Amino acid sequence: MSIPKETLLHAYRTMKTIREFEERVNAEIMNGQIPGFTHLYTGQEANAVGVCAHLDESDTIISTHRGHGHCIAKGAEVSGMMKELFGSSEGLCKGKGGSMHVADIDKGILGANGIVAGGPPISVGSALAAKIRKNGKVAVSFSGDGSVNQGTCFEAMNMAVVLQAPAVFVIENNYYSEHTSINYAVGCDDLKARTEAFGFPVFVADGADFFAVHEAAGKAIAHARAGNGPAGVFAEQGRYHGHFVGDPQAYRAEGELEDLRENHCPLKNFRARMAETGELSEAELDAIDAEVMAEIEQSVTDAKAAARPTAEQVTEDVYIQYTATA
Amino acid sequence: MPEKTMRDAINEALHQAMEQDDSVFVIGEDVAGCSGSAGDVGAVGGVFGVTEGIYHRWPDRCIDTPISESAIVGAAAGAALVGMRPVAEIMFADFIGVCMDQIVNQMAKFRYMFGGKSRCPAVIRFSSGGGFSAAGQHSQAMYQVMTSFPGLKVVVPSNAYDAKGLMLSAIQDDDPVLFFEPKILYQETAEVPDEIYTIPFGEANFVREGDDVTVVAFGQMVPKAAAVIDALGEEGISCDLIDPRTTSPLDENAILESVEATGRLVIVDEAPPRCGLTADIAGLAADKAFSSLKAPIKQVSAPHSPTPFSPELEAAYLPDAEKITAAIKATLA
Repeated sequence: MSIPKETLLHAYRTMKTIREFEERVNAEIMNGQIPGFTHLYTGQEANAVGVCAHLDESDTIISTHRGHGHCIAKGAEVSGMMKELFGSSEGLCKGKGGSMHVADIDKGILGANGIVAGGPPISVGSALAAKIRKNGKVAVSFSGDGSVNQGTCFEAMNMAVVLQAPAVFVIENNYYSEHTSINYAVGCDDLKARTEAFGFPVFVADGADFFAVHEAAGKAIAHARAGNGPAGVFAEQGRYHGHFVGDPQAYRAEGELEDLRENHCPLKNFRARMAETGELSEAELDAIDAEVMAEIEQSVTDAKAAARPTAEQVTEDVYIQYTATA
Repeated sequence: MPEKTMRDAINEALHQAMEQDDSVFVIGEDVAGCSGSAGDVGAVGGVFGVTEGIYHRWPDRCIDTPISESAIVGAAAGAALVGMRPVAEIMFADFIGVCMDQIVNQMAKFRYMFGGKSRCPAVIRFSSGGGFSAAGQHSQAMYQVMTSFPGLKVVVPSNAYDAKGLMLSAIQDDDPVLFFEPKILYQETAEVPDEIYTIPFGEANFVREGDDVTVVAFGQMVPKAAAVIDALGEEGISCDLIDPRTTSPLDENAILESVEATGRLVIVDEAPPRCGLTADIAGLAADKAFSSLKAPIKQVSAPHSPTPFSPELEAAYLPDAEKITAAIKATLA
C-alpha cells in the first residue's frame, strides 16, 4: 500500500514528537519540575501514529494512563500538554487533569484515563452516537495488555458487537501490566483469539513498525467505518521506560531494555524503510528532528513561564451550572 | 387536570423529550425488551414500564443492552461527550455497585479534569428504595451515597408532578444527572399537566407549611411525613414539610430559613444513618442555624443494617408514621 509523502512526513514528525516529548518529560520529572504520577509511551509511538493516521478530528479516541502519545497523535497541542503536565492554569486542562487526564474534546480526544479499562465503555458510547447519527465516524479506544483483563473491557467489546457500533479496540501489548508479565496475567495463550471470540476481526501488527500498524489499523477502521460493527488491532511492542517514572523495573530480563531500544525502535525502523524506498531523504528526516527538538525545548520554556493556578480556581468547572442556592 | 401515576409521568416526559430533540435516546436492559427473541420487540418498556412505547416510535433511539451496567453508563457518558443526550436506565439503584467507576470516576469528573472544556449531558435513571420485600440487593436508596460526589446532580422526586418536571429538566441539563425514582411511588398518582414543564434543580418544595417544627424528607418519605403532619395538625401541631427534590444541588436556604423560623428540625430518610442525608442536614443546621434551635435535631432513618426481606422485618426497618411522629413530638417535649 502506497502512503502519500505528506502522510509519511506527518507520521515521522508525530512519532519523533512523541519520543522527544516523553524523554523530556522524564528528564523534567527527574529534575523535580513535573509533579504527580506519569507513565511514558516511549517505544510505542508507531501504535498511536499508525492508528490515528486514519482518523479525522471528528472521529474520537479514548486513551489510557499512558496517554501522551495517543493525544499527540490525535492532534493535541504539545505546548498545551507540556503546560498541563507542569500544572499550569494555561495547560490544556487548566492544570485540573495532569498527565493522566489530558483531553481535547474539540479534537476528538475523549481523554487519557487514569482508570485501567475506564475508556472502552465510553468509546462504545461515542461509537453508538455515530451509529445513531449515521455520520460514518468511528470511535477508537486504546487498551493495554493489562486493561483487557478488566470486566469493563469485556463488557464494552460484547456490547459493541451487540449494538454493531463502529468501535475500534486497539490493544497494545507492551508485555507488562504494571510489574506483572502478560504470561501470568492473561490466562489464555492467545490474546488475539480471545479478543476475536467476542465476534469481531482483529488485525495484528508489529508495534515497532509504523507501516505494519498503519496497514492493520487501516483494515480495522475501514471495517468499522463501513458499518460492519467493531474491529480490533493487536500490536506488540515493549515500552522503554517503567510502568511509571521511577519504576525500578525489577521485572526486566538482563539486556531486555537495550534490546528494545536497539532492535525494536519505530523511529529507526521508519528511517531504515525510507532509506530503502527513497520516499523521504535523510535530510528531510533530519530537518524534522531539528524542528521537533526546538518545539519541545520551546514547550518546556513556555511551561516554566506559564501562569500558575490560583486557589479560587479549585472549584471552577465542576459543573456547567450548579443552581444550589446556598 | 389529568391524574397520572409517577410511572406514566416519567414516561410522558421521556416521550416529549424525544419528540423535541433527536439527540435524546434511551438505553438499558429491557428498555425495549424482547430483542432477539420470538416476542414482540418493544413489548416490555423497562421492568417497571417507564420506557413503554418508546421503541415503537423510535426504534433507533431505544436501545436494549446486554446486562452490562458499566458499559451502559459508559456508553451514555461517551455518547453525551460527543453531543447526544442519553437517558440510561440502571434497573435498580443497588447496581451502582457494578458501575460506580463509570459514574464516579468518569462522567462526574470529565468536565473538571478536562479543564471545563467538555460537557456530559447524560441522565442515568434508577429505581430506588425499599418497600417491596426485595431484600438487600434491590432495595437501597443510594442517592445519599451519590450526593457526596462533586460533578453529579442528584434528583429524588416524591410525586408524579415533580417527577415529570424534574425529568424534563434533567434531560435539558448539560451536566450529568442521576435520577432516583422511588419505586414504591411508581403507581401513586397526582395531577400532572399534559404540557411540557420543567422544575429547576436546587429549589425545594414546601409540601406543608407550619410554625412549630421543620421536617425535611426525601423521596418516599415525603408522603409518609405529610400524612403524619396532617394527623398532628389535629393535635394543634403545625410543621413545615420541605422536599428538597434534588440532593445535589441542595436548597440549603429553604431549610435554614425554615429552621430559623421554627427552631426545631426533624430530618427523615429511608437510608441508613451513617454519612447520610439526615446527618448532612443536621450538620448544616448545627453549623448555620445553631442559635435558632430550641431543641435537639432529630434524625429518622433506617438502622445501620442492610434492608431485610421479610415484610415484618422491612416494616420495622423503614421509617414509619410512628417513628416520624415520635421524632416530631420529641422536639416539642
